[in-house]
Amino acid sequence: MKRLSIVLVEKLPERAALIAEALGRDHDLTVIDTDKGLARRIADLAPDLVLIDLANPSRDVLEELSLASSPMERPVAMFVDRSDQGLTRAAIEAGVSAYVVDGLRAERITPILDAAIARFHMFQRVRAELAATRAALEERKIIDRAKGILMKAKGIGEDEAYALMRRGAMDQKRKIIDIAQAIITAAELLK
Amino acid sequence: MSLTPISVGFLPLVDAAPFIIARNLGFAAEEGLDLSLTRAPSWSALRDLLAFGSVDAAHMLSPVPVAASLGIGGIRMPIDALMMTSQGGEMLAVSRPVARRMRDAGYGFDFADVPAARAALGAEHLRIGIPFALSLHVELLHRAFGGALDLHTVPPPQMAEALDAGEIDAFIVGEPWASMAVERGKAELLLPGTAIWRGAPEKVLAMRRDRADEAPDLTARLMRAVWRSCRWLESPANRLPASEILARHIDVPPEVIERIMAHRLVISPDGEERRAPQFLQFFDGCATFPWRSQAAWIGTRLAARHGLDIATARGTAMSVFRTDLYRRNLGPAGADLPAASSRLEGAVGEPSLHPAAAGRVILLPDPFFDGAVFDPEAG
Repeated sequence: MKRLSIVLVEKLPERAALIAEALGRDHDLTVIDTDKGLARRIADLAPDLVLIDLANPSRDVLEELSLASSPMERPVAMFVDRSDQGLTRAAIEAGVSAYVVDGLRAERITPILDAAIARFHMFQRVRAELAATRAALEERKIIDRAKGILMKAKGIGEDEAYALMRRGAMDQKRKIIDIAQAIITAAELLK
Repeated sequence: MSLTPISVGFLPLVDAAPFIIARNLGFAAEEGLDLSLTRAPSWSALRDLLAFGSVDAAHMLSPVPVAASLGIGGIRMPIDALMMTSQGGEMLAVSRPVARRMRDAGYGFDFADVPAARAALGAEHLRIGIPFALSLHVELLHRAFGGALDLHTVPPPQMAEALDAGEIDAFIVGEPWASMAVERGKAELLLPGTAIWRGAPEKVLAMRRDRADEAPDLTARLMRAVWRSCRWLESPANRLPASEILARHIDVPPEVIERIMAHRLVISPDGEERRAPQFLQFFDGCATFPWRSQAAWIGTRLAARHGLDIATARGTAMSVFRTDLYRRNLGPAGADLPAASSRLEGAVGEPSLHPAAAGRVILLPDPFFDGAVFDPEAG
C-alpha cells in the first residue's frame, strides 16, 4: 500500500519516539516539535494526515487550515468517521486529534489512528508509573533520613525507630511520610 | 440532598467568569448541581469535548455553535446557545514598533474612533493574530478593516510571545491576554471590540441540542445558576472578589482582571489609561438574552465567508439561539423578557425602555461604529 505522509505535532520527545516506532516503518512521518510557524510548516509539507495532542493549544491553528477554502491549498478536515464515532471518541479520550486531507479513505486512516491512540495510552501509563516510582523513592529517602535522626537522638535501632514513627502515624491518624517530614523539620529547627 | 454532577468546559479568559463564579460562589449548588470545571486547551478541543460528551456544557465563542450546526469546521452537529454569558471583552492590540510608527504619524490612541485607527494602522499590510477562525473577533476585524487581511491563529495566552517573536504585528483577543501583553511590555492596546460593535455577542452557554432537550430540568438548573452568576458579576461591588477568584483559575494577577472588569484599561507599558464604556457586560441591558437577530448576523457572516446559502444559514443560526428555553427557564427566575426575540441590531443609540413580555426592559446602546443597522428580516 502507498506510504502516507504523516505530520506529528508533538513537543515531548518520548511520545514522539513511541509514535515514530509505531508508524515510521510504513509511513513517512515528520515530527514538528515547536508551535512556531506551525501553519506554514504544515502547509509546506502538505501531509495526508496530521496528528496532534488534543491538549496542545495550537490545535486551533489546524482548525484554521481546515477552513482554508482556496483550491490551491490542500483541504484538511478533522477526522470524524461518521460511521464509527467510537473511534473518534476513543481518540479524544486518549488525547489525540487527527486532521486528514479530503478524500483519504477511512480504512487507511483507522489503523493509523488506532496505533496513535494505543501509543498515547502507553505513554500516559509509562508517565504515570514513572511519577509514582519517583514519588515512592522520594518518600523512602525522607523516611530514611527521619529514621536516622531518631536513631541518633534516642540511641535506638533502625527497626525500633521505624516502629516509633509508625505508632506516631497511627496515633495521629497521619501518614508515616508526614511524621517523617515533621521530624526532619523539627530537627532542622533545633539544630 | 445529594448534588447532580455536571461538567462544564471553559477557556482561561475573564469572560469565563459566569461559569467559574457559578461553581465557586454556590449558585450551582443552590440549584442542586455539583458543577465541575474543565479547563480546555483550545476552542476546537472544547468543541470536540462537548460534541463527544466529555463535558455536558461549555463556555463558547458565539459563532461556534452556529458553525457546528451549519457543518463548518471539524464537526457537524446541532449545538445550541442556551443564553449569552457575556458581551464585548475583545481587545485589539499592536506591537510596540507598530504603535511607535502610529504615534510618530500623530495618531493619539483615542480608543474609540475606528476609521481613524484604520487610517493610522494600515491593517492590510500587517499580520494579525486571532484566537480562532470561527470567532466574533474575526468578524469584528473584517467589519472594521475590510476583507483582505492576513490572519494567523495564535493561542490567546501566547499572543505576547508571537508579537515578540515577530510572527505577528497586531492581534485581537479576549481579555486578559491583551492586557497581559501590555503588562509584559510587548504590546499597546488599540481598540476595544465594543468600539466596532458595542453590542457584540461574545460568549454563550453551549450545549448539544439532544442533551439540552433530553434533560430539560438539568438544563434549566444550569441556566439559572449561570444567569444568577451573571447578575452577581454585573455589580461593581463584586469586582474585587470576582477578580480574586478568577485569578486562581486563569493564572493572571487579580489587579489586571479587576481593571478589565471595571472597563478601565492600561493601554501602554507607560501606564496610560483609557476607559471603554460597556467594554465587558455580563448582565445589564438584557445582555444574557440570546437575540435571534444576533444569531442571524453571525449566520450571515459565516455563510458569506464559507460559501453557504445565506437565507438557509440564517434560519439555522436563528434556531441555535434558544430564546424559547431562555423564556421558559429564566422568566420564572425573574429575568427581563423582551417582547420580541429579534430586533434591529445596532439601532439602540442610548439606554432606553423597550416593550417586554411584562412591562418594559432597559436596553443599552449597541451601535456599529459606522452607524449601520442590521435587519434580520431583510434579504
